[in-house]
Amino acid sequence: MIDRIKHILRKLLPSLFAKRRHLKIGLYGPPNAGKTTLANRICKDWLGEDAIMGTTSEIPHETREIQMKENLHIKKRGKELTFNLVDTPGIATKIDYEDFLKHKLPKKVAKERAKEATKGVIEAIKWLDNMDCVVVVLDSTANPYSQVNITIIGNLAARDIPVLIAANKVDLKKANVKSIEAAFPQYPLVGISAEHGTNIDELYETLLRIVR
Amino acid sequence: MLTLQYIPFNEIEGLSSERRIAKILSIVKKNKIVLMQGRLRPTEETTLIERTMEEVNKEFKGIELCTVYPNMERNKRMGKQIKQVFINMLMGDRDGLTIIGPATVIKEIKRNPDKIELLTHSFSSRRMLGSK
Repeated sequence: MIDRIKHILRKLLPSLFAKRRHLKIGLYGPPNAGKTTLANRICKDWLGEDAIMGTTSEIPHETREIQMKENLHIKKRGKELTFNLVDTPGIATKIDYEDFLKHKLPKKVAKERAKEATKGVIEAIKWLDNMDCVVVVLDSTANPYSQVNITIIGNLAARDIPVLIAANKVDLKKANVKSIEAAFPQYPLVGISAEHGTNIDELYETLLRIVR
Repeated sequence: MLTLQYIPFNEIEGLSSERRIAKILSIVKKNKIVLMQGRLRPTEETTLIERTMEEVNKEFKGIELCTVYPNMERNKRMGKQIKQVFINMLMGDRDGLTIIGPATVIKEIKRNPDKIELLTHSFSSRRMLGSK
């Protein structure tokens, strides 16, 4: 309850006393859901072909620090939005360096990656309070009923932050967008392929609709 | 040997969020699986993940976590759900069951609406808990 009041005050006070800052739209989700791939897609679409947010990899926890692109301006069907896009490290409840060894990383590199990944998770959680809207990126080939998904979405609801679910990887055979819809029926959802750009316009239109 | 420790809601309802989380983590770090009556608040769940990440080391790799919350999701009409939300705000959220275990013991918790499957490392077998 106190968190909620603090969040509402944080949102109200700047708008009363200062010129409105740019909105922050965050990309949250579990590791390897495609958050950075989507961030890169958004940057390319609105900042130019050469603009990227970060590197992507098959190895989980490639993004281990918050990345931000400022002043993105999107425009669709007469609606416009200027915002700062925030790409966050994947949220996980466990991190074992031995999992990285399976991807042929040297032991020292794997240990360092694990250490950085734990810090990344903490940082991502701390940034939740700064968000004005969050796109939760989920892998549509994975079981949506994971506690990490439920915890992220539950936290956003508790903080009264608008949520859009991007069910990513719809280009893959195993993709099951309906299972994500069934798990989180109360939230707007768009099935996308961040890699190939499938349904990305629909994602922008939905984003423009839900951002307050 | 797999050890399950049950925590009834009355054992944690008077504790601050930090103390609840510290209590859960101290049990989990002893390689026990916590079965807790009720659930943590969403913000407590993220704090639990933060504290877990702070403590990850060579021996402690993190946690597996799952909350079963059948009544709210399935059986109650909207009016009853709203009433329940207010009761939970006043009294704490004692509905459902939360399972928290060390990642070194629990390999994975698979949750579907109807069942939970615990896949453990030490026994390499799947244990099923009904949640209907």
